[in-house]
This record gives sequence, C-alpha cells and structure tokens, in this order.
Amino acid sequence: MISLALEYSDKLLMGMWVTLQLTLIPVLLAACFALPLAVLRRKPNLWVQAPIRLFVSFFRGTPLLAQLFLVYYGSGQFREELSALGLWWFFREPIYCALLAFTLNSTAYQIEIMRGGLQSVNVGEIEAGLACGMTPLTLHRRIILPNAYRIAFPALGNEVILMLKGGAVASVITILDIMGHTRRAFSQTFDINIYFIAAILYLLITTLFVLFWRTLEGRLNHHLNRPEQRTVIAARGVTAVN
Amino acid sequence: METLQLLQLGEHGWGDQLLSGLWVTLRLALTSLPIGLALGFLVATVLMSRNRALKSLAIAYTTTLRGLPELLTLFIIYHGAGLLLRQVLNWINPDIGYVELSPFVAGVVALSLVFAAYSAEVIRGAWQALDKGQIEAAQAYGFSPWLVFRRIELPQIWRIALPGLGNLWINLIKDTALVSVIALNDLMRMAGIAVGATKQPFTFYLTVCLMYWLVCLSFEVLLGRAEKRASRGLKTLGGH
Amino acid sequence: MTMLSHLKKLTAIAVTLLASSTIWAQSTIRLGTEGAYPPFNYYDSNGQLAGFDIDIGNALCEQMGVNCVWVAQDWDGIIPALMAGRYDVILASMFITDRRMEQVSFTDPYQASAMTFVGHKSANITDVSPAALAGKTIGAQGSTTQGDFLEAQYPDSTIRLYPTQDAVNLDLANGRLDLQAGDIIPMVEWLQTQEGSCCERVGELITDPEYVGYGVGMAVRKNDDALRERLNAALAAIIENGVYDEINNRYFDVNLLTLE
Repeated sequence: MISLALEYSDKLLMGMWVTLQLTLIPVLLAACFALPLAVLRRKPNLWVQAPIRLFVSFFRGTPLLAQLFLVYYGSGQFREELSALGLWWFFREPIYCALLAFTLNSTAYQIEIMRGGLQSVNVGEIEAGLACGMTPLTLHRRIILPNAYRIAFPALGNEVILMLKGGAVASVITILDIMGHTRRAFSQTFDINIYFIAAILYLLITTLFVLFWRTLEGRLNHHLNRPEQRTVIAARGVTAVN
Repeated sequence: METLQLLQLGEHGWGDQLLSGLWVTLRLALTSLPIGLALGFLVATVLMSRNRALKSLAIAYTTTLRGLPELLTLFIIYHGAGLLLRQVLNWINPDIGYVELSPFVAGVVALSLVFAAYSAEVIRGAWQALDKGQIEAAQAYGFSPWLVFRRIELPQIWRIALPGLGNLWINLIKDTALVSVIALNDLMRMAGIAVGATKQPFTFYLTVCLMYWLVCLSFEVLLGRAEKRASRGLKTLGGH
Repeated sequence: MTMLSHLKKLTAIAVTLLASSTIWAQSTIRLGTEGAYPPFNYYDSNGQLAGFDIDIGNALCEQMGVNCVWVAQDWDGIIPALMAGRYDVILASMFITDRRMEQVSFTDPYQASAMTFVGHKSANITDVSPAALAGKTIGAQGSTTQGDFLEAQYPDSTIRLYPTQDAVNLDLANGRLDLQAGDIIPMVEWLQTQEGSCCERVGELITDPEYVGYGVGMAVRKNDDALRERLNAALAAIIENGVYDEINNRYFDVNLLTLE
C-alpha cells in the first residue's frame, strides 16, 4: 500500500490541489451571494421571496450529480446559442462547469444557513442598537452580521466539508481531483488499496479542516467564554432551519 | 413538441425507461432507510453507553463515514466488499463458485452505512436532550428500564430527532444518484442512456432533476405532517 | 459440531442473504457487455441491448446450443466484474492486448483492430505527432487501449478520459475536445451520423500492437479454457456458415475481420 501511495503520490497531490480548488472557490463565491440573498429572502414581499425560495428548494432538492450533468452535458445542447452569446469558452471547460454547478448548489445551502443565523440574532441586541441611534447599515455591520455569522459558523463549516465530499462527483466529468486520479489509477491497477489511500487523504483534509474551524470558532466566541464550543460535522441541512 | 415526444411512454419515447429508473431509485432509498435507521439506533446506543472500547469504535465509525465522500464509500463497498465476500465464501466452501455483490446490494450497503453514521449523531443528540426528570419520575413509578425506553424515551427521541432524520432521508434519496456510476439502472443512469441515444442532454437531465425535486418535495410535505403528528400534545411556545 | 463449522454455517447464511449467489447451470452462459458503444453494443429506444456484439453473442450461443443471459457492466469495471464472476465472457469489442492478457484469456479475434484520431473540422489538424498535438485537448474513453496510448505517447497534451464513448463523441462534437482517439470502426460509423458530421479522421491508422493489440476478442477468466475453446469453435463455425457475414453486413459496409 505504501509503495502504491508513493507511485501515485505526484498525481494524488495534483488531485488534492484540484479538490481544494473545487471546494474553496465555490464555497467562497457562494458566501458572497448567499448573504444578500438571505437578507432578501427574509423580506415579506412575495415577489422578492418566491424566486429565492424556488432557487433554494431546487438546488437542495436535486442531486449534485444531476446538477453537474445538467450544467456540463446540458450546456452542450446549446453550444451554438452559447457561442453566439460569447459564453461557450466558459462552458467548454469541465472545471468551470463544475465550479458553476457547485457554486449554485452551495449558494442555495448557504442562503438557508444565513437565514437561520439572521433569524436567531437576539432581538434585544437589535433594539439596543436602534436605541443608540444606529443607521440600518451600522446596525447590520456592528450587530446583526457579526452575530449572524457567529451563530451560523458551525453550519458554514459543515457546508465546506460537504462541498469537499460532494465535489468528488466532478471526477465523473473527467476532472482529475483526488477521486479522478484514484479512479484512473484503479482502472490501471485494479488494486483496491488505491481507494483506501484516497480515503485516508480525504479524512486527513476533513480532520485538519475541522481542527482549523474549531480554533477559529474558539477565537470568535472568546468573549462569550463558554465552556464548551464544538463544531460537529452534522448532516447537510440538519443545522439549517426549514 | 419534440421534447414531449421524447418523454412519452411506449415505443418511441423514453418516459417508461425514466419511470423504471425512478422505481429503482425509490426501491434503493426505501431499502436503505430501515437498515440505516436500525444501524443508526444501534450505533447511537453504543455512543451513549459507558463501554469505552465500544464507544471509541462507534466514534471512529461515525467520524470516518461522515468524513469520506459518499462516492468513495460506494466504490470501496462495490469493489472492496465484493472481494471480501468472495474470500469469505471461498474459506467456507472452496467449490462454491462465483458470487457477486450486485450494484443494488452494494448501493444499499453503502447508503445504509452512511445513513447510519449521520443518523446515529442525530439520535444521540435527541437522546441527550431528553428531560431526565421524566425518566426519574417513571422509575419512581416502578417502570422497568424497557418500559421507560418504550413509553418515555423512544417517543420523545422520535419527536426531537424527526426533523434531522427527515433531512437525512432527503439526502439519502439524492445520494442514490451516485449509484448510477456503478452501473445500476436508476433514474440517473436511465437519463444517461437516453442522452446517448437522443443527444438531448439538457432535456433529459432537466427532466430527471425535476423528477428528483418532485420526489423530495413530496417527502418534505409528508415529513412536515409527521413532525406535526409527533409533536401533538406538546405545548407550543406561545401557549394557550 | 465444532464452533468453527457453526460459524461457517452462520456466515454462509448471512453472506447468501447479502449477495445474490450465482451458481448457475452449465447450460447458461452469462455474457457481459457495456451497452454504451454503438453500433457494437448499446441500448435501443426500448431500453434493450442491441448491436453487433449482441447479435454475434446470440449467434454463438445458438451455435453452442446454450442459453445466454446478457449482463451490462460499465467499461471501467468490465474486467474486474468478469474476474469476480458477474458473467463468464466479455463480449464488448475489447482489444486483445498483452496487459489485459495478464488478467484474462482471450478467444480468437472476431474483429481486426486499429485506432484512429478524429478531429474537429474547425481545428484543422493534419499532423498527429506528439509534438504537433502539444497543448491540444484530446479525449478518449477511459480504461481503453486508446486511453493508455494517449497517456503514454502524448504527455504534453491534455488528456481527458470519459466513462463512455458516447460522452467522448458528445464533447468532441461540442468542441470541448480538439480531437479524440478511438477504434476505427466505431469512429467511421460515428462520422457518418449527424452528430459526427462535425468531425473528420486525421492521420494514419494506428496499428502498433503494443496499444492496438492483436485484434478484438472475447475475454474469459484465465482458468476457463473449456469455455474459451467452445467459443472459438462456435466462432469458427459461424464464420464458416455465413452467419457472421450476415450479421456483419447488417451493420457495416466493411468486413470487420479484414477491414476491407
């Protein structure tokens, strides 16, 4: 098993880099989109709320693999139209298709996470801010957002891990992430151990990330001085409020 | 119009193939659910127990299964468990011939194992959230441990864990799509076959997305009702 | 009764419950194929397996006087599944190569083999040397001889390996690939379809036996010599009595045994 790992170490390292890209880029992009959408999602106006709800429901109610195929193979059906619009260069590359599908997916999940966070901000604190004469912008910057992010923090960490794991489906559209290199190596060697090596790699990354996120969370909650703060890798959506 | 023709039932359309794929998808999910749930309960019990060795084993199990991509778990089960099974069988009886782990069974095993790992955490969380006073009260009434479990603990674990388990069930339905990669003719793969023949990837992948969405939405509605039912008799925050 | 035998019995019961135990009668042969490689093996619009390989397989079974069951299996796992006993024969237009012969045995060839590059017309590629294709994106189906060929000979090109040939064709037609390497017959067939009209053959036929092997054969497990001999005899018989040609002409203009 060790000699196998050494033989494929270069490829697995390259795969690891692709896996990290496929995780971090969509999660960070989605974080940018999710916050304003989550704020809009809480507006009582149905015309504002409904499209966002529909978007969230669709991307949370369908398999990531199907979403990926829809973007990747589906876009091929409209190549001429996309070329005319000058967009085909983007859809031509499997990695961009994967980044797009993953970003949309993660945005949907993060909207729900942030909605839960925003909802849980203590009303008293908001009232206190208002009483101090804060403008809505200052109120958001100083009170609502820091609190919402603090509340949503563990769930956001879960989302990163879920993206990391879910991203393995990218291997199905020829992308050589950890999973892609592993499958290619298996088809050459038929050696089951290559899958165990991949498993160790994934576990290593998730463990390191969980430790990192916990440290960060500890810092974030330092002023609260709670005895126990734990990030748990919970199931997707478990922490989100429906 | 053309699209409708592609999706119709019978000779010329792919409608019946997609429906047969949907049936495989549902069977896969519905078979994995009870197995995964039972196993999840078992693991949760171990997580709550005082036996250190067993407990660390259970923690290792849930951590590993939740840290691995479901696709990888599936490959390991499909390729690895098949190998193991043959070795075990050859040990029992060298002349037994060939045995295979069918993609369906591999799918059920992998999906149940993943479901069990997540649900064990949800169930444990619910278990810990129980009101200890009620259990003590029941013991004071002379309830046997089994009766305490059945009458006091189980119904409340169920109520508290239901939303979490519901989410896991939706995830399970979605994860079945991964099994298409190991050659099970589920909804996802049927769409792939249809795309190969018709060259209409967008049409078919959008259709299967909508089918999955419909299934998930239906179950969300059912789950909402089940949650309401499980919480009957519970005072709501506002109180009456 | 010892503990061990009890344990064995219990395990046997558990395992039988888990696995679909397949101890089949001598008169039934399981044929494994891919089902995504038109016109050799594919699903028709009724969801039934069809194609040249399927017809040949059925003719062979008729010749041998046995029942045959078709089993579809993804290309990636087609050899492991044979070794695992999911089926007894691979009949899926597989090239006979030295590397595959390390794992399985092959029958006599039932098609000749060669590979070709197919390029997108808009890419205007004429030279297929590794130097000329540096930086180009080349596709092929994974776990195939053409995939191995590309990975070994074209280290400076971007190689994309797909799960099915259909997917390679789709992406070449879409322009996601500059060119692909594939088996000559399906490539020629595909170029005649509407989807394939985007593209053209480029370069000479690739016949290097290291990659192309020694023709297209049926694969059986290594210890299955009896079955291999029966298949060889049946193959010789259907070539002799004209059934092979009749099937050949149903699908192709060229003779697959001679490529003429």
